[in-house]
Amino acid sequence: MKRIYAREEHCIACRLCEITCLVRRSKSKNIVKAFRNEKDRITPGIRVEESGRLSFALQCRHCSDAPCIEACIGGAMHRDPATMAVVCNEERCLGCWSCVMVCPAGAVTPGKDGKVASKCDLCAGDSTPVCVENCPNGALVYEERKG
Amino acid sequence: MRKWLVQPEFVVDRDPKRCIQCQVCVRQCSNDVHEHNAEEGTITTDSSRCVGCHRCATLCPAGAISIRQAELEFRPNANWSAYAIRNIYKQAEGGGVLLTSMGNDRPYASFWDRMVLNASQVTNPSIDPLREPMELTTFLGGKPDRIEFDRNGGKPRMTTVLGPQLKLELPVMFSAMSFGSISLNASLALARAAREAGTYANTGEGGMHRDIVPYASNMVVQVASGRFGVTAEYLRRAAAIEIKIGQGAKPGIGGHLPAEKVDAAVSETRMIPEGTDAISPAPHHDIYSIEDLKQLIYALKEVTGYEKPVAVKIAAVHNVAAIGSGCVHAGADIVVIDGFRGGTGAAPTQIRDHVGIPIELALAAVDSRLRQEGIRNRASLVVAGGFRSSADVVKAIALGADAVYIATAALISMGCHLCQKCYTGKCNWGIATQDPILTKRLNPEVATRRLTNLLRGWSHEIKEMLGGMGINAVESLRGNRDHLRGVGMTDGELRALGIKQAGEGA
Repeated sequence: MKRIYAREEHCIACRLCEITCLVRRSKSKNIVKAFRNEKDRITPGIRVEESGRLSFALQCRHCSDAPCIEACIGGAMHRDPATMAVVCNEERCLGCWSCVMVCPAGAVTPGKDGKVASKCDLCAGDSTPVCVENCPNGALVYEERKG
Repeated sequence: MRKWLVQPEFVVDRDPKRCIQCQVCVRQCSNDVHEHNAEEGTITTDSSRCVGCHRCATLCPAGAISIRQAELEFRPNANWSAYAIRNIYKQAEGGGVLLTSMGNDRPYASFWDRMVLNASQVTNPSIDPLREPMELTTFLGGKPDRIEFDRNGGKPRMTTVLGPQLKLELPVMFSAMSFGSISLNASLALARAAREAGTYANTGEGGMHRDIVPYASNMVVQVASGRFGVTAEYLRRAAAIEIKIGQGAKPGIGGHLPAEKVDAAVSETRMIPEGTDAISPAPHHDIYSIEDLKQLIYALKEVTGYEKPVAVKIAAVHNVAAIGSGCVHAGADIVVIDGFRGGTGAAPTQIRDHVGIPIELALAAVDSRLRQEGIRNRASLVVAGGFRSSADVVKAIALGADAVYIATAALISMGCHLCQKCYTGKCNWGIATQDPILTKRLNPEVATRRLTNLLRGWSHEIKEMLGGMGINAVESLRGNRDHLRGVGMTDGELRALGIKQAGEGA
């Protein structure tokens, strides 16, 4: 399956990926409105990790043997049969954070609403995730890789 | 003491209705214009540090930032312009030579903008380059006075031995920019784009970094007065060698790469100690005459077994025709003329803006002189210095050039915004800097694609213009000044350029 891969050698830590992800997840889809009114309720599915010169954008690896699916007690975390992406059914999520604890990449986080887990869903329905589309330096790629 | 006489050049406006406090601007500005105040949750702006590079405004996802020139008007004075006054304030504070970067930005007349091209109508058919073949391939190097054939037995065979030639898929190359003045990522992008487009990039005088070596067959290597990084190996692996006598942005003076920019990689490539100034003397200390130049040309040819064309690059100055002719007599296969709008990583402002002549006039003078002497075929003419578009290239070829060198246009295609602050080493676009945090901002893959796109676009446009003139090969346009006409020029200017006034027929 196609996954998002970070190329840390090109990441400039501008965090535009986080910003565009938040806007896509907003109701208004308008950057100004999203940040004005909805920011506190939306958790971006991508996070830039930084240490000195090194930085890269971290998002769900959509593991083939996803520990978060195994650990989910409510059956919320599942694999979308169409896209093979690991996604969270927010209706069923109990907010127990088992997925947060078992994720080997630290890519599942408690949502800002404090109720459901938040993670990357590969912008379900889009041909290219918005973070990849909007990275100004080609530091995120969306492609099929072996292994 | 506070530098209180120098006022900000730009004002950075932040639209509070649009700003989302995302801090992209804070993270991107290497001049610390934007500052995030965590306690108040605000972003403040210090316009006095802004260089007008547009990095923040370009990356701002909300379109909240605009940058304008500071509207601090002096009392109108035709002699004492704001520019002149500000320069004196700056100088009175520092006491040094005023430095600047990129090409001459003073409002001298552009002769390209006063020359127009021809097109076919009725009596001679124009050609559609999308339907018919159109040749842009250009060979640089000396051409023989005559070609002889052996006609005995079957097909005629050329017996004349041709000197080494540089084959270009389009008559445009990337001119010299050293590793040191620009980042390795920028150098790599130029080298890769040159290979993809079938043309050449130029190492400048900084030697060849090992990462560029795989692209050596698309690189012209420079031998300049500092002789940085020059070894037999360096010369042999290149496509051609260029002796740099002068640079259009700073004719008559040498170069100075400040010690701060000489990090481990630059030191290794230039073969000088780390953290020392790299000083290129004004003259080559072994060249004081055309005869001396000839010795160096032939020394380089000996080292490379007469297999590589040797170019001599000179700045466009008053006596350029005689000097150009001297270079050809000395054995140069290619003569490069760099006009006064050519860029630089650092030059004294007064030299950049007031020394040298426009490339249009220099090119016309050298081409005419070589023709008069009957030696135009012995060397190719490459011109450089502020070429902005494919139309400039076509006009240069009609005026007598074999090919054009571009550098500023190439940098702009990679993101350069001509803020003219290369000499500070704080280029926000990751081009003219060695700061690892900043150089990372130029992904060589992205830059390579942008450069090849630019060359592809220009090559389509050149073909269109040639087709319009009813010409199907760039060779047929070379030196064909009848395809140019002058608009709004004086008789003297028309004469110097060797072209007719618009409205005059054939």
